[in-house]
Amino acid sequence: MPLNLSIAVVAIPLFMFFFLGLAGVKMSRKLTGVLGVLGMLVTTVLAYGVAFTYFFGTGDGQVTAEGVRQAVIVWNPDWLAFTPTLVARMGIALDPIAAMMLVVITTISLMVHLYSLGYMSDHHGNPEKGFQRFYADLALFTFSMLGLVVATNLFQIFIFFEMVGVSSYLLIGFYFHSPAAIHASKKAFIVTRLADLFFLLGIMILSYYTGTFDFFNQNGMVGMTDSMDAAKAAIGSAGAQTFMGCSVMAWALTFIFIGGAGKSAMYPLHIWLPDAMEGPTPVSALIHAATMVVAGVFLVARLFPLYVIEQGAMDIICVVGAFTAFYAAAIACVQSDIKRALAFSTISQIAFMMTSLAVSSADNGLIEIHEGYGLGYMASMFHLFTHAMFKALLFLCAGAIIHAVHSNENKDMHGLHKYMPITSFAFLIGCLAIAGIPPFAGFWSKDEILVACYEKGLGWGLWMSAVAGMTAFYMFRIYFLIFHWKEHKVHTEHKPADQVWTMTLPLIILSVVSIVAGFVPMHDLVTWDGKELHTQLNWVVAGSSVAIACVGIGLAYVMYFKENPLPSKMKNSMNGLWTAAYHRFYMDELYQFITHKVIFKAICVPIAWFDRKFIDGFMNMLADVTNRAAYGVRRMQSGSIQSYVYVYIMGALLIAVVSIVCVLM
Amino acid sequence: MQIFDNILIYFVIVPLLTLLGLALCNNKGIKAIRAVAVTGASVLVALASYLVYLFLQARGAGDTSEMLLQSSISWYAPLNINLALGVDGVSVVMILLSAFIVFAGVFASWKINPLPKQFFLWFFLLSIGVFGFFISIDLFTMFMFYEVALIPMYLLIGVWGSGNKNYSAMKLTLMLMGGSAFLMLALIGIYFHSSTDGHLTMNLLEIAKNNAVPHDWQLYLFPMAFVGFGVLGAMFPFHTWSPDGHASAPTAVSMLHAGVLMKLGGYGCFRIAIYLMPYAASELGWIFLTLTGISIVYGAFSACVQTDLKYINAYSSVSHCGMVLFAILMFNQTAMTGAVMQMLSHGLMTALFFALIGMIYGRTHTRDIREMGGMMHIMPYLGVGYVIAGLASLGLPGLSGFAAEMTIFIGSFQHGDMFHRVLTIAGASSIVITAVYILRVVGKLLFGAVQNEHHRELTDASWEERLSTAVLMVCVAAIGCFPNFFINIIYDSFAPVVDALKVFM
Amino acid sequence: MDLTLLMYLVPSLIMFGCGVYGFLTRKNMIAIMISLELMLNSVDINFVVFNRYLFPLSNEGMFFTLFAIAIAAAETALALAIIINVFRALKNVDITEINKLKF
Repeated sequence: MPLNLSIAVVAIPLFMFFFLGLAGVKMSRKLTGVLGVLGMLVTTVLAYGVAFTYFFGTGDGQVTAEGVRQAVIVWNPDWLAFTPTLVARMGIALDPIAAMMLVVITTISLMVHLYSLGYMSDHHGNPEKGFQRFYADLALFTFSMLGLVVATNLFQIFIFFEMVGVSSYLLIGFYFHSPAAIHASKKAFIVTRLADLFFLLGIMILSYYTGTFDFFNQNGMVGMTDSMDAAKAAIGSAGAQTFMGCSVMAWALTFIFIGGAGKSAMYPLHIWLPDAMEGPTPVSALIHAATMVVAGVFLVARLFPLYVIEQGAMDIICVVGAFTAFYAAAIACVQSDIKRALAFSTISQIAFMMTSLAVSSADNGLIEIHEGYGLGYMASMFHLFTHAMFKALLFLCAGAIIHAVHSNENKDMHGLHKYMPITSFAFLIGCLAIAGIPPFAGFWSKDEILVACYEKGLGWGLWMSAVAGMTAFYMFRIYFLIFHWKEHKVHTEHKPADQVWTMTLPLIILSVVSIVAGFVPMHDLVTWDGKELHTQLNWVVAGSSVAIACVGIGLAYVMYFKENPLPSKMKNSMNGLWTAAYHRFYMDELYQFITHKVIFKAICVPIAWFDRKFIDGFMNMLADVTNRAAYGVRRMQSGSIQSYVYVYIMGALLIAVVSIVCVLM
Repeated sequence: MQIFDNILIYFVIVPLLTLLGLALCNNKGIKAIRAVAVTGASVLVALASYLVYLFLQARGAGDTSEMLLQSSISWYAPLNINLALGVDGVSVVMILLSAFIVFAGVFASWKINPLPKQFFLWFFLLSIGVFGFFISIDLFTMFMFYEVALIPMYLLIGVWGSGNKNYSAMKLTLMLMGGSAFLMLALIGIYFHSSTDGHLTMNLLEIAKNNAVPHDWQLYLFPMAFVGFGVLGAMFPFHTWSPDGHASAPTAVSMLHAGVLMKLGGYGCFRIAIYLMPYAASELGWIFLTLTGISIVYGAFSACVQTDLKYINAYSSVSHCGMVLFAILMFNQTAMTGAVMQMLSHGLMTALFFALIGMIYGRTHTRDIREMGGMMHIMPYLGVGYVIAGLASLGLPGLSGFAAEMTIFIGSFQHGDMFHRVLTIAGASSIVITAVYILRVVGKLLFGAVQNEHHRELTDASWEERLSTAVLMVCVAAIGCFPNFFINIIYDSFAPVVDALKVFM
Repeated sequence: MDLTLLMYLVPSLIMFGCGVYGFLTRKNMIAIMISLELMLNSVDINFVVFNRYLFPLSNEGMFFTLFAIAIAAAETALALAIIINVFRALKNVDITEINKLKF
């Protein structure tokens, strides 16, 4: 299959967006849904074909040169020429991570399209109103995300960053009659916009010093690390420039990371993601678990050849990532809303990926490429791949549960295992995968991440292993609370059950994928420089991480499998910590304070007041003074002859007196 | 006559003929009035499109002269005043913008009441001023058309406006006239220094070529000219006419005013103030750069707390138009191109905003966002339109605002020094604040529960309203998706200006 | 005792002063007009007297006086007509209250 078909992969969802968006209102809901799924199916097949050709193609389709995998620029027309040399292009570039992301995005998107046929058909029993709009927005999102991953240049990534941001906004706010959804969508957009501002600054700095936005400095086949050399050459002179002690390069890359951190919900820009769960659950699965939230990781991975030059920026990412992983895991342990718990789990896992990327350059300050150098990079992308699968699975399961019991709170669930066996098994597979139990997908990728962390330093490794243990604990806590614990008696009249096939089929497919995804030979396929990476399983790390995971699961089993007073005892013994974690360490309150009290009350309101009272007041005062002066002058034109005569006589007398005095003197 | 061979003169003649046609209409014959107005506006759109075609053809054929389609006819020989016409890329796109907004404006005022005939008369008189300004390259005729564009505003707001209309009309007109008083002084000053050999001229190109305005005079004349145009471009602190004026103006007038008339300010700033007085521009530019930088952030913050839809947009216009002047003062081709893109973008999107607000106001009879809610349920077409306008305003790629703002920021960042960098970053931060106030309005106005039960009975847009807004939406999307088409037209036009400035930088 | 110039001028001046005073203080239009006439007539006296004493050989002062009297008569007729019409319209001839045309 020719790689040119990747254009169709991006174009079909765009077409579907316009088609469903404009013509959808005239079509029946079923037709819209089926067309949406079919469109996505075609896209998926094409994307698989393209990815397969890219990775395994032989003959004409081969993209290796001397055993090193090359990037391919399929299409790259100019979009916006800022200057004759600095041109933003809009094109399609395929390299290992782009090809991998094509597979991830189309797979999850197809699953979600299919799943939504069932999930979105009714809303608490009533027919869902914006069904057509939902499918159009999904197509828009899919298009934006595909455009993002195949971007040939930084500016295109920025463009699609904004596009996924807005499609996320539209989908979070899908239930736009609910104030919580409006608030959440607004928050998501504004927080990521703030991050995008930094991204933009990073782009401006980088493009100013390198004179280009492009990742690859030519069209057609190009070596993946070429751009690094080009950038090094371009920055060579500017690299010496510093601002406040750091090189401009470090500033640029840090700013770009902040942009990515906004989308990927790194601390402290993570606050929008838990709220984004107000959107429909399939949307949470697609956007806020599998694809859009890893855009930040993707961004850093895309610029990896530049980041390895700048140890300073990498250190920042490493610290932020490691802290976020722990922070989010801690919060996930106490959340009662299952979607929020999963959201914090997502944040934690994305932080794993970020950290993994950042530890890649662990022991080389300079660019000394050695064996195993790109392990963290590979592990990160591997985890991105597997995580997308099992996290989407978990979210879709959560959606099925919520659809069955009409609640997000785990206290309304309990003991669902016997009512929803398929969902229960699927959820269990997801939990095992995320906990890192072999042979499920998460084990393989997380193991690589931990190896990379241990390579950076024992401290990093231990920290991340601990977080991995917490992951196992909180995931099984959720699992046991939903499916076991004490059964509720409220289900008597309306028994929850496994959902319709359109919703169950994606669960089964994703379960299978979650089991086997770990066996994909990522070392050979996805590396930062296109060379194969020779790694083998590190038995010490693997064994210890499985042991830690088992401890986590065991703890969760003791505390949450059957109803018992242990959890509430624990809660009471560390009440302060528990409450703080439950309220997400008051980050939202802090933001609320800054935006409402500081920015709104202390900046906006005074400025508006100043504008009305001073600036406008000054203009009105000018008018007023003119007016008063006119009234004053008008008095003299009284029209009363007597006063004129009086003035005249007085004037005449004055002149007479003066002239007499003059004559006499 | 020679001048009638030039397509440019028809941009004045067509509205004049429309005026004549309207004058012949019966006061009561609303259909005839509409027909004449639509015909006039459609011909203008066709002419403008044809002009773009001609322009591209000429440039494609390798005509690199600064102004194309030049012709001139003597008007008053003793003072060497000519009706001199000519366009470059910037004027061409501005004419195109104006034509589309006039077209949309006619449909937006379909049901104007009372006195439809008189309304359209003044409306087209205003458009004569606008088009005349953009096609002229003679200082005198430019100024004359500028005044022609300003005066009808007073009546249009005073008679057909709403709310505190007398105050607003008076305020708007007086502030703009105050600006044009400065402007006239500056123009006279330039005229008397337009050449060293005593052969005075009003022609822009000749003045620029002679480059004879003495440096010490430039230092006085430049601020006058810049402030004169800056008032119209809503530069801080001369922007206060904008909120009141827009709030009271009828829909089509708001559209034309924010859409086109405010662009006269930006256009004049670079074409007259900077181009003719490059020395003073490079000396004093930093003062105005600071003021416009303040405009951008200040307008955005002010918009965050407003509750009247039109006030929000008026302050947002202050912010966006501030960006136009800001980019012009960056003195490099990229940023200046961005400025024109921003003029286009802001023109279309604000016109769209005001059209939608007018339509919503016409139904609900309130513009206070606290009294409205859930409009998306009631009038989905207008709601979607409002969201699109909002997204364009906050700079979503694929819509016009993004291409414009990015060109401005990337261009501004090409200055290496701290002062420009800091201002650029401050300006760029407005994209976040813009998102805040746009989403705030969208959230309150369109989403959520319906606040007022009476609103449930309201209808969605009628066909002429749909047409009016659809034209603007398509234009906004076209600029956003294919910015390079416009950038190619505009970019080279700034070469002479930047060359003139380079000497002093 | 011969009649000197001054003996004519002093009454004329007094007359003129009375006229000015009346013109400034009266509110009634008729009274104002009478004051106006007083001033005119005092000026007329001056014309005649100056003519008689300073340029006894010429008669221009006399003519001018006659001319002024004629004009004053016409003007008075006109003014009276206006006053009567104002009175008809407004039932009032007090100038402080007749300001309809002002502003």
